[in-house]
Amino acid sequence: MTREKIITVENMYKRFGSFVANDNLNFDVYRGEIFGFLGANGAGKTTAMRILCGLSKPTSGKINVGGFDVYKHTEDIKKNIGYMCQKFSMYEDLTVFENIRFYAGIYGLSIKEIKERSLTLLTKLGFEKERDTLISSLPLGWKQKLAFSIAIFHNPKIVFLDEPTGGVDPITRRQFWDLIYEAAHSGITVFVTTHYMDEAEYCDRVSIMVDGRIDALDTPIELKKMYNAENMDEVFLKLARGKKNPD
Amino acid sequence: MSVVIVDKIFKSYKKNNVQALTDISFDVQEGELFGIIGPDGAGKTTLFRILTSLMIPDSGKTAMYGFDCVKDYRKIRNLIGYMPGRFSLYQDLSVEENLTFFATVFGTTIEENYDLIKDIYIQIEPFKKRLAGKLSGGMKQKLALSCALIHKPKVLLLDEPTTGVDAVSRKEFWEMLKHLKAKDITILVSTPYMDEANLCDRVALIQNGKIMKINTPNEIVNQFDRPLLAIRSSNIYKLMNDLRELPETNTVYPFGQFVHYTDIHKSPDVASLQNFLKSKGHQNVEINKIEPNIEDCFMALMK
Repeated sequence: MTREKIITVENMYKRFGSFVANDNLNFDVYRGEIFGFLGANGAGKTTAMRILCGLSKPTSGKINVGGFDVYKHTEDIKKNIGYMCQKFSMYEDLTVFENIRFYAGIYGLSIKEIKERSLTLLTKLGFEKERDTLISSLPLGWKQKLAFSIAIFHNPKIVFLDEPTGGVDPITRRQFWDLIYEAAHSGITVFVTTHYMDEAEYCDRVSIMVDGRIDALDTPIELKKMYNAENMDEVFLKLARGKKNPD
Repeated sequence: MSVVIVDKIFKSYKKNNVQALTDISFDVQEGELFGIIGPDGAGKTTLFRILTSLMIPDSGKTAMYGFDCVKDYRKIRNLIGYMPGRFSLYQDLSVEENLTFFATVFGTTIEENYDLIKDIYIQIEPFKKRLAGKLSGGMKQKLALSCALIHKPKVLLLDEPTTGVDAVSRKEFWEMLKHLKAKDITILVSTPYMDEANLCDRVALIQNGKIMKINTPNEIVNQFDRPLLAIRSSNIYKLMNDLRELPETNTVYPFGQFVHYTDIHKSPDVASLQNFLKSKGHQNVEINKIEPNIEDCFMALMK
């Protein structure tokens, strides 16, 4: 079985003046894969993610996301991806349904589609009664689950998750991963960053960035073998401690 | 000797109709490293604001070294060092200027208490002319800790010092706390990372404004009341879905490469589990009895 590549990155560089934020990155991500994108603070993860989302141009390299070129077709990339981060996800002063309608509307879904699909979604999440509740009065865990569901509401090829579970309680964190598994199972590619090393083990493959480079990329099982480590936490520490920058 | 006393604290935010803290009571001993472990929205920051005299509770009392956190707030503020959750130093002052500022406010100098901060400050001293706003996350954290320590406080209050910080910097930060503890500073630290509980002498597990349990990390784990199995197979997603179908299943939670499983019986039947998973087509099935960790306990208490 040949697997379909959904993201290809070849010789990607991003420089800010003399600082090299992304130093010759090379990797592929396959369709339906959960790809963990790890690295210490300041390793260059956000820079790379912004390029893959079409928000920033690389200095050089050949990069294709969802079949589109990151230099020429950034608008097509944006239409075909979903994005969620911990810090900002939804409008607090809009209701649950208003947020769904807003985001789905941006992605060009019709009102009829939005109504039908939001009903299915709210039933699945058990949020039927919260349809007209303001986001600001929902518990954090509910917000995160809803934000993820909205990020994949338009059925994107790839969803980018930037530390989606930070600060969330341990049960909700796991329910959140159930949603991620389910999305991946339905064919959506999941590109995720996290500081929880146990979550790295839930990924099909994991890359670890150190000082702007990808120093390791493999399945969690292979990485643990390679670094003779009990768990991903140890793998991460062994790699990240070898870095040259003071932070 | 109890140096921090928290007695039946209640706090609500009328505007949002939120009960932030409900009947919170605990004591902290001199020189203890006491952890407050819970997710966002549990009430950790509200508790720290009350302890630091920045907020007044609806009812209840807090005291440190015999001083009341409301009435004797001036005394309290000299006694404590506080590192709030959000970076709150002056971004447009340099590293050195920030430290000098905090020393001066407390009527002391960097030289006078240099010994206390030396191990931490030495790591950022090469950048002392750099503006605080231009520092990386890990360096900001070291500067904030230095500023909180410069007046030689008796009690150090750290509100989520490691949130959003990578695994390496988190390890380093806890190393620093261990050294401070050795200098007899009492430390209260909050964190949403359950694994950090093991680095504390005692912890309070907090959720929705209520303390679920206070004890040493070891005792909390010992009190977990049912056998825990770690199960894995080649397909974790299918494994979780299949286990959830079993009528005797109690909990199924992913933990790294394993699934942690408890059932409703006091002694799970490992052989029949093996057979069940085999009948569902699972390969490379492995089932081990394991000791729970703090996160297992936290989730059991949440139910």
